Formats: sequence, C-alpha cells, structure tokens
Amino acid sequence: MAHDHDHDHHHHDNDLDPMAARVRALETILTRKGLVDTAAIDTIVETYETKVGPRNGAHVVAKAWSDPSFADWLRRDATAAIASLGYAGRQGEHMQAVFNTAETHNLVVCTLCSCYPWSVLGLPPVWYKAPPYRSRAVLDPRGVLAEFGLILPEGQKVRVWDSTAELRYLVIPMQPDGTEGWSEDRLTELVSRDSMIGTAVALAPEAA
Amino acid sequence: MSRSEAAALAGTRDEAVFSEPWQAEAFALVVALNERGVFSWTEWADALSAQVRHPDAAADGSDYYDRWLAALEGLLVHKGLVAQADVEALTAAWHRAAHATPHGQPILLENDPMQAETGV
Repeated sequence: MAHDHDHDHHHHDNDLDPMAARVRALETILTRKGLVDTAAIDTIVETYETKVGPRNGAHVVAKAWSDPSFADWLRRDATAAIASLGYAGRQGEHMQAVFNTAETHNLVVCTLCSCYPWSVLGLPPVWYKAPPYRSRAVLDPRGVLAEFGLILPEGQKVRVWDSTAELRYLVIPMQPDGTEGWSEDRLTELVSRDSMIGTAVALAPEAA
Repeated sequence: MSRSEAAALAGTRDEAVFSEPWQAEAFALVVALNERGVFSWTEWADALSAQVRHPDAAADGSDYYDRWLAALEGLLVHKGLVAQADVEALTAAWHRAAHATPHGQPILLENDPMQAETGV
C-alpha cells in the first residue's frame, strides 16, 4: 500500500518536561551507584498502575461481612488477617481495621502527608493528598462528609483516624440491609474505595 | 474544597493513578530505595510531610509529585548519597540529550552532544 499522506519531516526537538528531566537525572545517579535497577522500577510502576487497587480492600470487607471468624481476626490483628488474603504492605506498616456501627462512623485522613493503606486501596485519590481534606477532616468531619454527599444520622458519632507511616487504617463499612447471604463476589460490588476511607458508605443493593 | 470539587472527586472511581510517567518513576524510586533499606518509611514520611506542608504547596494538591520528588532529592542529598551538583548537571544533560534526539526516537542520555566534555 502506498503511503501517500505527507509525513511531517520537520526535525522537531524533543523537549523533556523539567520534572521528567530531574527524575531521569536522579534515576541515572542512583542506577550508576547500584542503588536501583530499571527493571525493579518498571515492576513497581506496573504493580501500582494495574495490580493494586481498591478491589483488594473490597475483598477484605466482603469477607468480613460474610465470615464472622474472619471479621473477628480482622478486629484483633488486621495486618495478619489482610496478609492472609495476599495483600501485604511493602513498607512494613501495620494495619488497623475500624468497623462502622450505628453509633460510630469512621473517617481516615493523613494530616501529615499522605499515608494510606496502599496494599488494600492502591494509591490515594488526589483529594486525599490535598491540603483542604487533610486539614478539614479533623476540624470539621461532618462538613467534609456533607461535601461528599454523605449526611450521617444525628446520633451517629464521627471518629477520625490520623494515619502514620507505621499505622494505616481501613474502614469496614456497615453491610447494607438486604444483602445477608450474598456471595463474597456479589458483596464486593457494594464496596467503593471511598467507603473504605469513610467518605462514603457501602452502596445499597439496588444501586450496585 | 468546594462542593462541586468534592463531588467531582468523590465520583471518580477509576481515575489514573499517575497523570504523567515521571510521577510514576518518582514514586517507584522511593518504593525501591525504601525496600533496599536506603531509608525507612518513617524517614520518608517525615521528608514528604515537610514538603507537602510547605506554605507554597498548591492548595489543590496538584503539585503533590513535584513535592514528592523534592522530598526524595532532599533526603538523598541529606544522607550524602547524592550530590546536588550532580543532580543539576545530569538534569542539564538530559535536557541537552532530549533536544539532540530526533522526534519520535527514544531519548537516551548518550545523545547528549556535550557528554564527552562534561563527563556526566
């Protein structure tokens, strides 16, 4: 087949974004020193772009809903219970599962930076890392939840958990009414990322 | 955070993890160096925290990975593993290499026309 369209033969320079050039500079130095290798970097990127995400956490929640002994284990030792499903933290951090009840709704923040339970939720959304959420989640949690469209019953307290480098929290939302006896797979569909941060609740069965 | 902002953000369940490839590379460098024991995660969180709490940090968090990279550079320089001058020299070399690389071809550091003279 003839290529009769005009190729653009101007020799445009390539431009590297200033930040891209800095990362490459750093990576070059570290590679030369033997502190990182390119293949390992690629694997990490691929893992976090495609393999780790909120589906992992939804699995944990669905299992806790359908298996009381797992829920019990999760309460006592979330790090081990979560690791038993194959989701282990890479930074050696401990996990704590905080269970929502009719009396208490849990909300997770990292006021210092952006600590987040990567192994079960993947990387945090932009708003989680942004200053307004980090500062206001503690000062005015109900106001923040309202902006997410979540209005809690007046009698339900909000408890805010401030993550650290060593300890990350996973909210276990309340199981929606009318889903008793559902399979884990089906339950997983009701568990959004935000419901495990606490800025949402689990979806109602008719909404999933 | 405005109502519409929060609503828009809360609704994005499948947003991209990284908005540009360099962000992914900067992220992975930190994970790799931590796994190698170059710094502990607590050290890293402290370095990142100081950066993201800086008064000049963008209110919407849009410069998060800029801050991330600055924290990494700072930590490595502080630990004496990387010299700031080397970072600047290699950044310049990568820019020169990019300019010297024909469009559509991979940018390689070897393409830097001044490589022999600067020795970086």
